[in-house]
Amino acid sequence: MSLLRSPSRGAATSLVRPIKLNRTTRSRARTGQPLGPDRDQNRHTRTALAISVLIALTLMAVDATGRPDSAVEPLRIGAAEVFGPLEAGADAAVRPVTDLASLLVGSRDLQADNTRLTDENAGLRAELATGEVDRNRLAEYDALAGITDRTGFKLVNAQVVAIGPAQAFRRTVTINAGTAEGVKTDRTVVNGAGLVGRVLRAGRHTATVLLVIDAGSVVGGRLDRSMELGFLRGNGSLGADGRLVLDLVDPDSVPVNGDTIVTWGSRGGSPYVPGVPVGTVREVQAKAGDQSVTATVEPFADMTSLDVVGVVTGTRQPRGTSGGAVGGAQ
Amino acid sequence: MIVIRPLITLLLVLVTVTVQVGLFTKLSIAGVVPDLALLLVVAAAIVRGPAYGTVLGLFAGLAVDLAPPADGIAGRWALALALAGWLAGQARGGARQPAVATVATVAVSSLAATSVYALSGLVLSEPGIDVASTLEVLPIALLYDVAITPLVVPLAMLVWRWLDPTPVRW
Repeated sequence: MSLLRSPSRGAATSLVRPIKLNRTTRSRARTGQPLGPDRDQNRHTRTALAISVLIALTLMAVDATGRPDSAVEPLRIGAAEVFGPLEAGADAAVRPVTDLASLLVGSRDLQADNTRLTDENAGLRAELATGEVDRNRLAEYDALAGITDRTGFKLVNAQVVAIGPAQAFRRTVTINAGTAEGVKTDRTVVNGAGLVGRVLRAGRHTATVLLVIDAGSVVGGRLDRSMELGFLRGNGSLGADGRLVLDLVDPDSVPVNGDTIVTWGSRGGSPYVPGVPVGTVREVQAKAGDQSVTATVEPFADMTSLDVVGVVTGTRQPRGTSGGAVGGAQ
Repeated sequence: MIVIRPLITLLLVLVTVTVQVGLFTKLSIAGVVPDLALLLVVAAAIVRGPAYGTVLGLFAGLAVDLAPPADGIAGRWALALALAGWLAGQARGGARQPAVATVATVAVSSLAATSVYALSGLVLSEPGIDVASTLEVLPIALLYDVAITPLVVPLAMLVWRWLDPTPVRW
């Protein structure tokens, strides 16, 4: 079983035997099987294929019917405990390289911001609400929105360590903070620019975040100018053109280009706390058939370059009068 | 060896999926990352035959299904990679097949796996999947997989041969 010996054995097998057998058995020549009766080989393959397909289909059926609390969920959480730390470790290992690359190529300001934010929150428990960037921006948009007192969010700081590939057709990321840091399912995730998404599930030290631009994401939003309510759905775009589509609850209200949208807020602040800036209205289209309109919203948070994010773990001063009592968003 | 072989196999799958999800997202092309798990499965199928390729595909696919941040309905990558493993095993020309045949096998398997995954999502009406986005992703995934084949598949084949030098009996 040594590395040196085995290739020669493998080579001997492939060199001599197939040639000998291929001359005698036509089907073996076709499939290139080195040894063994064809019937056994085919039977094994058929059995393996049948069982594998059956297992996969069963899993799909179980997971599809039972969501979000299907019997597969424990497996997912188990996998998160294994792969989460591995992904975080892999990310930490290459971060000096990717940081250097982005420093050379990308914006130095952003890099400095990230570093400062990361340092500031080295204890992981630190409150990003005290970080100047977020505080200022939140305050700025709050002023715009005329919604008061959105300043008391307790945030847990985290970094994006893995991004769901386009082949998966979902917009999800892994962050390096989990239940041990206070992150729970259905918590709001923000960054310095605005709303990022919500926590889908949390492992001990990592969590999976569903981005607002995912096609399955729905966020309750409020137009700052008219205070009108609506629902923002992600367009699921796999590239840089991730947008949200706004459907207003009141069909008579018309959003205007440049309107800012903040979160409407869910009951109890989960999954979305109220007053977080989401994006700007970029385009307004009339819906065919009825009078209502839909608007395309560009999110403030750049979903293609997510790095430092904050997970809302609570409010410092719980307020019973938050606008979320009206209803919520998925 | 009875214990060590499955352990090494498990380790290989863990490392492959971690690298695919954790590292290659930084080298993605339009969000598409190369399907390293698929390359591992194809290499195993070429060396060990379709039955082994199918079973390894099932487990590697399951890992891709469950490893965060994946949130699709589980079992879809498992199905896709199991079929890809079977396909690669059927198409193989033996351990001494020319490099061109390996590349062609990877191309066909990649196309099959990505399509099966997308198709299963369409059938289960998963969000975000439509024909347009599938057609957008398919060629990039195919080209990326093929481009990285020379770096991964020969190495993976070597590892599989080292792992079990005894000739395949079935």
